[in-house]
Amino acid sequence: MTALRAWLADPNPTSRRQAKLGQMWLAWLRIRRNRLAMAGLFIVGLLVLVAVLAPWIAPHDPFVQNLGNRLKPPGTAGYWLGTDDFGRDILSRIIHGARITLYIIALVAVTAPVLGLLVGTVAGYFGGWIDAVLMRLTDIFLAFPRLILALALVAVLGPGIENAVLAIALTAWPPYARVARAETLTVRNSDYIAAIRLQGASAPRIIAGHVVPMCLPSVIIRVTLDMAGVILIAAGLGFLGLGVQPPLPEWGLMISSGRKFLFEQWWVATMPGLAIFLVSLGFNLLGDGLRDVLDPRSASR
Amino acid sequence: MRGGPVPHMSDTSVPTPDNRFLRLAQQIGVGLLTLSITLLGLLLVTFIIGRVVPIDPVLSIVGERATEAQMQAVRDKLGLDLPMWQQFWIYLRDAVQGDLGTSIRTGESISSEVARYFPATLELATLGTIFGTLVGVPAGVLAATRPGSIADQIVRVVGLMGYSMPVFWLGLIGLLVFYGQLDWVAGPGRLDPTYDMMMEFTLTSYTGMILIDSALNGAWDVFANAISHIVLPAGLLGYVSMAYISRMTRSFMMNELGQEYITTARVKGMPEWRVIWVHAMKNVLVPLITVIALSYAYLLEGSVLTETIFAWPGLGSYITDALFASDMPAVLGGTVVVGVAFVTLNMASDILYRLVDPRART
Amino acid sequence: MSLLDVKNLRVTFDTETGPVQAVRGVSFSLGRERLGIVGESGSGKTMTGRAVLRLIRPPGRIEAEAMTFDGQDLMKASEREMRALRGKRIGMIMQDPKFSLNPVMTVGRQLTEGLRLRDGLGRADATAKALAALEAVQIRDPERVMGAYPHELSGGMGQRVMIAMMLIPEPDLLIADEPTSALDVTVQAEVLSILDNLVRDRNMSLIFISHDLRLVARFCDRVLVMYKGRIVEEVAAGKLLDAQHPYTRGLLNCLPRIGGPREPLPGLDRTGAWAE
Repeated sequence: MTALRAWLADPNPTSRRQAKLGQMWLAWLRIRRNRLAMAGLFIVGLLVLVAVLAPWIAPHDPFVQNLGNRLKPPGTAGYWLGTDDFGRDILSRIIHGARITLYIIALVAVTAPVLGLLVGTVAGYFGGWIDAVLMRLTDIFLAFPRLILALALVAVLGPGIENAVLAIALTAWPPYARVARAETLTVRNSDYIAAIRLQGASAPRIIAGHVVPMCLPSVIIRVTLDMAGVILIAAGLGFLGLGVQPPLPEWGLMISSGRKFLFEQWWVATMPGLAIFLVSLGFNLLGDGLRDVLDPRSASR
Repeated sequence: MRGGPVPHMSDTSVPTPDNRFLRLAQQIGVGLLTLSITLLGLLLVTFIIGRVVPIDPVLSIVGERATEAQMQAVRDKLGLDLPMWQQFWIYLRDAVQGDLGTSIRTGESISSEVARYFPATLELATLGTIFGTLVGVPAGVLAATRPGSIADQIVRVVGLMGYSMPVFWLGLIGLLVFYGQLDWVAGPGRLDPTYDMMMEFTLTSYTGMILIDSALNGAWDVFANAISHIVLPAGLLGYVSMAYISRMTRSFMMNELGQEYITTARVKGMPEWRVIWVHAMKNVLVPLITVIALSYAYLLEGSVLTETIFAWPGLGSYITDALFASDMPAVLGGTVVVGVAFVTLNMASDILYRLVDPRART
Repeated sequence: MSLLDVKNLRVTFDTETGPVQAVRGVSFSLGRERLGIVGESGSGKTMTGRAVLRLIRPPGRIEAEAMTFDGQDLMKASEREMRALRGKRIGMIMQDPKFSLNPVMTVGRQLTEGLRLRDGLGRADATAKALAALEAVQIRDPERVMGAYPHELSGGMGQRVMIAMMLIPEPDLLIADEPTSALDVTVQAEVLSILDNLVRDRNMSLIFISHDLRLVARFCDRVLVMYKGRIVEEVAAGKLLDAQHPYTRGLLNCLPRIGGPREPLPGLDRTGAWAE
């Protein structure tokens, strides 16, 4: 183990892979020192773990109704967070809901940045009027209200998880385009790009193979920070009934169905919200920490 | 280097007041142009969502229970047989004139309904932003001037929690605790039924905002009741606002306090409060104005999620009710209005920025 | 009779990686004369200037056996007493007017601020004094400059405004922290000339902090050479070019000379005991 550590910390790396891994290792050490970021990482990791292991760790089936057991308060034996109006265990539903949340986040995290990277790198690399047009477009989209446009789109397309993801991704790409363009501009005129171009590489190859990897760290930070917001928007859509449909245990949907019992059986609406809050908080903490470490220029924003 | 005559340096041309005014007007002009283009883009997007995306736009406009004659009428009115760009032109023309279509549920003009509901949302968002600014700015300054202290940590944590929370959940919890359990505030709705009737029948409505109208009418009991209803939603929205505003204020203030002109001010012997609240603050206000405008815009947009919880009869409720009734034209009409307000606030803050920052004027 | 007396000044910054000593035991006295402090970046010369005005904030701290200005103990003075000294009796000019002037306040407001708040003058009196100060630094259209914003001025003008601002209250001591380093070479000479005249006419003491040896040698009466937070040599300006200390000699040897030999310039040899 220490041999590996020494290899990573070697100030004179002998291969590119060693240098890269060494950099990542150093960044990891710095992140580790930031306790809040570590807490964020823990929460995010917990989310992934819970989502993956859901069928095995959930104490009850999230769909089976048990009307004799309805609206039991938290702390009842076997139902730690209480039961909802169909007698379903809230804890199990939250655990399974983590899967849905993870699914949504993962899909958005893949689609929106890809779209943004495409627009941003092309704009930054080619410059001139292509840049001007694409950036105008991005700025216009940046000025749009994300939630309400996503709402309108899903309303028209019809509720469903894929439609929700599509709507969110379509409104989430502009910041990534901005970030990607900024990074591309700093890289565009460097010598190694010129060298590759002289060797005859085509523009798509240069962009895909060399420019995009340079943009990745900033994009990753942005993704992490964005995810918190995405979770809230997705929950909002679910709350309005525009996401997954019942009886699926999406957290926003659970809050909405718990509204009727707010004053007497408060746990039905409150518990899922806690889950949303925690996960969003986790992403925020992680994103802040990542930004402080990887991009100290914009630290403490 | 002792003595000797000093040759006069060529002074740079200091801009005259006329120069500055001209440049300012230019910048505002450019800003307005950008605003128009962005609004155009927005309307294009809503047009696409409303006409291009649905499989049968006519159905989504008249609803399933319409007769063939009604459908044909709509087809003609919208020019659905015309090429797409012409349709968009009709849509644009109608929208600019204030015609957003007709609601399926009520049959009334959507724009008149929106006009009726909008003031309630404005009232709530305005109050929420005021709270958020009044608490958030001093909190941010406090955190920035005492970095690493307990105060700093508290402000940061409270702020972080504020924008990690789903606002509709916060609303529910607020209702539960402050209304359900503690009975400190009045429940959902803008007024108790009796006062509502008073407002409706006996008092003149000037702005549609109950707080202002009741005050103008001198009906202080109505005013008091309205306050008891608005304080919870406005307070919670204020909290969410404050989270974002305090964070940005802290960041901006910390940035400014590290600048050299702060040292100059101190060297001049200025008291610390003046260094912070006059010298630094003036610089902080420049980007902060944009932040506050954006925060206001977010509150307007978020009304879709919060108003149903408080039975607040604003634009958000209108849109959600329309949504549940599958009244697509109303949903889209409401979306357009919210979108226009959002975009305008965004761009307006941009223009404001130039007005406030002398450097941007040159 | 010395105006400023500094004994064993230490400035330490408590950073996450441990305390960093920017100034490590600096002592000097200053009378009615011009003192130059020379050194490379990181030598602690700027920090020394700031420490005299007690402008260093946490995580930095100032310690000294003694630091007196005209008989007043600067170490024991309260913040209020320091504020009374700052501006009125001790002034400081900083390097780059782009950053050292408040970008969102007009020049006029920044000039009159001290007079109106600290000294209680009315608007008319303060404005008159400000205009007079701008004329004293050879600004030809003082009214227009009063209404201008700092970014609308050239570097040379901005620095002259800075000088005017600090000289309005007629302080006894002026600390000039690299006052011409951010200016073009042609403008440097003119600004220095203005500074020179003003300092002489008002009989002020001057601490001139710079990295430019030749400049300091010409402008000042005495020179302190600093390295890594310590004074390594103290010498009269006229005798600077004959200095003996290895570091100073090293610095002098690095200066290119027109008409001099064309070999590569020598670097600094930091292996001596003084380099600790």
